[in-house]
Amino acid sequence: MAEETQSLAEASAEPDDADWQGPKIHYDLAKEFVIALVVVAVLAVIGAVVFSSPDDRPVTIRQWSQATPGDFLATAVSELDGSSPTAGYGPPYNTATGSGQKIFFLNPQQWIGVHTPVDAAQDFVLSPLALSAQTDPTLRAALARYDAASASDQQAWTTAYTKGLDKVQFSGTDVVLPARDYGPVAPMMQSLLSMARTGSLDADLLASPQFYGTDYTKPLLFIADGSYLADKAQAQHLSGDQWGMMNETGNFPGQAWLWLYTMWYQIAPFNSSANADALVWALMMLLTLGLALLPFIPGLRDIPRAVPLYRLIWRDHYRRLAEEAASGPQAGQPPAARMPLR
Amino acid sequence: MTTQVPPAVDPVETPSWTGGLRRAAVRALPPEKLLPDKQPSYVASWVYVFGVLTLAAFVVILVSGVVLVWRGPSWWHVSKVGLFFNSIHLWSVELFFFFMVIHLWGKFFMAAWRGRRRATWITGVVSFVVSIGTAFTGYLSQQNFDSQWISTQAKDGLNSVGVGALFNVMNFGQMLLWHVLLLPVCVAVLVGLHLLLVRHRGVVRPIKVRSAVPARLGADGPGPDGSKEA
Repeated sequence: MAEETQSLAEASAEPDDADWQGPKIHYDLAKEFVIALVVVAVLAVIGAVVFSSPDDRPVTIRQWSQATPGDFLATAVSELDGSSPTAGYGPPYNTATGSGQKIFFLNPQQWIGVHTPVDAAQDFVLSPLALSAQTDPTLRAALARYDAASASDQQAWTTAYTKGLDKVQFSGTDVVLPARDYGPVAPMMQSLLSMARTGSLDADLLASPQFYGTDYTKPLLFIADGSYLADKAQAQHLSGDQWGMMNETGNFPGQAWLWLYTMWYQIAPFNSSANADALVWALMMLLTLGLALLPFIPGLRDIPRAVPLYRLIWRDHYRRLAEEAASGPQAGQPPAARMPLR
Repeated sequence: MTTQVPPAVDPVETPSWTGGLRRAAVRALPPEKLLPDKQPSYVASWVYVFGVLTLAAFVVILVSGVVLVWRGPSWWHVSKVGLFFNSIHLWSVELFFFFMVIHLWGKFFMAAWRGRRRATWITGVVSFVVSIGTAFTGYLSQQNFDSQWISTQAKDGLNSVGVGALFNVMNFGQMLLWHVLLLPVCVAVLVGLHLLLVRHRGVVRPIKVRSAVPARLGADGPGPDGSKEA
């Protein structure tokens, strides 16, 4: 690299892409990095010792069914009759019609199709009950009656059961409903609640055909269809209208860097739009692209000149330039002598 | 008897892909440019510290992450030592983003893309975006209430743009592997490229101002975009 040969003013006047030939200072990058590493490590250890990290235990179906059995039963029967959020979700879980958010006329949710198939009634209710029915003749008979019934009968039973839940009472582990015709749905839901309370429904929904499993899609969808998870989140200031998932349980900073993404959900038109997720994502992708390509966008790329923070950042440089302009370079001396290394 | 001396062959001139790659690398980044011990006199502000602080935080994240990987994803839930290292991991991530955002804003107000440094800016922004994805998958891999809530909320946004089919936030195994392998490798490569570009182009010059530079030396130099002002 060539040694500096120009005065500060001469070097500063060179094009921005020219190698700097003006005065230089000693700058020990390796030392700076090591000091920075020590400082950051110490700060992280202090944060760990003083504040630790949040670790609220996850919600289980067992916990949910024991704490709010009415909500569990309402969710389960909505899975059975196809009225739950998951049952009507559409891609990537199922082919429910009319689903999917739109970005104006585009519906990208539909483009890729079903990649994680979820049959809400079968996966969350009927299949677990079928396993239990192997050792429960009463449940086996109820399931057989439900399967053999017409769609209208099934719908009538689930509708009656849903209405009955408004006045549900619990006697020990028994579900007590007003006297109506619930068909086989009442014993089915009673069995499902019993399974949930013992924890076997957690195990059934997590079961993997390969024995080892790491995919929690089904149990999470089922739990999220109920109110228990959302109520706990609300209490922990995690709801969408509370700046949602950028927060974290407790008083931890969470993902503060998601503030812009989360902000859109708080304001119109996104906070009342049925397409809020798609629109916010589209907007954020556009803004991110704009940030990356900012050097090419006239107007935006000129903001730094209009907001003269750079004068503060380089104040020493501008001061020296002004001093040099006032006094003039000292003739006959190399630039290094005019601007000693430090 | 005379000995025939074979003509000297300059190995530098021997045509080969390897030699060509080495020569191009040395041309682009000679050692004194790759690890200089001098900087232009204008490199004298606290704002320059935040880039190296971001890099240092990244190293602390990697080291604490490797400790967590060593014992597996459930360890920190049942061990005080594991919780301690998880906490170091968390706070180094918070510091990483804090320093990175200040670095980003600092470079914005310095119009640091001037002088053929647009690729440096772009790699920095992409690093920031990929880092957000890396941190996000970390939150999904915690196996606690936060993971449950964040995944069940985030799925709707990802599904709405068709990404959820390929990036299932409720698949713990998939998110954990993205978090500990794919995304950190991407961040490391991007940050490495960003640093090489910084060293290749050098630190951006101060914006030219009329009041500080005599007119005869071209006070009206290129604007923040590198173009001449009107």
